[in-house]
Amino acid sequence: MTETISITVTVNGVKHTADVEPRLLLADFIRENLDLTGTHVGCEHGICGACTILMNGDSVRSCLTFAVQVDGAEIETVESLGDAENLNPLQQAFRDHHALQCGFCTPGMLMTATDMLRKYSLETDEEIRDGLSGNICRCTGYQHIVDAVRSAAGKRNDAS
Amino acid sequence: MKPAPFDYVRATSVDEAVAALTASDGEAKLLAGGQSLVPMLNFRLVDAPVFVDINGIDGLAGIEETDGGGLRVGALTRHHTLETSGVVRDRFPVVHEAMKHVAHLAIRNRGTIGGSLSHSDPAAELPAMTVLLEARIEAVGPNGTRQIPADEFFIAPLTTVLEPDEIVTAVYLPGLPTRSGWGFEEFAQRRGDYAIAGAAAVVTRKGEQATWARIALFGVDDTPVWAKNAEKVMISRGIDAAAKQAAADVEPMSDLHGSSDYRRHLAEVMVRRALTAAMERAGA
Repeated sequence: MTETISITVTVNGVKHTADVEPRLLLADFIRENLDLTGTHVGCEHGICGACTILMNGDSVRSCLTFAVQVDGAEIETVESLGDAENLNPLQQAFRDHHALQCGFCTPGMLMTATDMLRKYSLETDEEIRDGLSGNICRCTGYQHIVDAVRSAAGKRNDAS
Repeated sequence: MKPAPFDYVRATSVDEAVAALTASDGEAKLLAGGQSLVPMLNFRLVDAPVFVDINGIDGLAGIEETDGGGLRVGALTRHHTLETSGVVRDRFPVVHEAMKHVAHLAIRNRGTIGGSLSHSDPAAELPAMTVLLEARIEAVGPNGTRQIPADEFFIAPLTTVLEPDEIVTAVYLPGLPTRSGWGFEEFAQRRGDYAIAGAAAVVTRKGEQATWARIALFGVDDTPVWAKNAEKVMISRGIDAAAKQAAADVEPMSDLHGSSDYRRHLAEVMVRRALTAAMERAGA
């Protein structure tokens, strides 16, 4: 029997301590143990991007990371952005530009875009498309998502 | 699917990691960025009783300048760090360009240099870069440290000369000739996919004549390819002949993304484009 390992991890500003099996994926820890079901699990092999979260400020695939590996880390999930009554500017831009239909890919898109908006100037659509290329959407054809991130980047620049 | 159960060891030093590998009689595997390993675990294509996590080893990541315009890149350096490093862009712009083609942002944030080399995917960009740049790969095992020339390191798809109890600790890139130019070309179905075929080149020239050339290909054989013959042809007969020679010397595999003949055709096109770009960038 594999032993469990104790981890302490901060998720969306809240510290959690848990005993986990080494094989437990971070995505499943977030969804099952913490009941934060905004993070979606699509392909479980790093292709679709739906499970993207921020780990110590960097976007990573939570399906390709084990929960034991984030001991001591700061995790941000889509729930940290805003809620239905208080959308953050990026979420508002997604709504304004019809950047989602079924919504399955949206949490991953939002977290990838959050990483990009914090770190990059995003001067061109090419840059935005390159950054989002690791997130698959089967509904929108991507144009509206690019438009939403472009709009959020513009508002970010106006504000600064 | 989910991975099969395993025991987890968090190594805090290279010695500790090697000791854990040795203690397992070659059964344990290293876990670095996990961006290739964890998908295989999730699909249960790979399993091991013990995984040794090396992410907590201090000093295993980082990029240092070495004499003669070279670099030492620590094995735990993330792809994204290599991609965005100013000194890499200055000294090895071909590596900067290649890293942009490695998967996607979230994968590059986590994937490591040592992991990519140890994984030895013949279509991956970084192994081809080490062959192109005559890199030496440093590995530590129970008997100490050794340095392996990149063109001897990769022996088959997903297979290297590493012993089961060895760990890659760094890559040494020797400095390039002054006034050299570079080219990097990759053909893939989608941005971030593994290459169907790719090539990279570094040259120096005098007038329109190449005086030194280094050419590597990826995605067109069982390992990254050092195109030795094509380099000689480049100096004696120029770009077209060199591209044809490089394509003639590879043995591409057929798969659902392309036939062997198609890949061979692409190899020639990629080498021609890479050499053309390299000649344009080189100082005459």
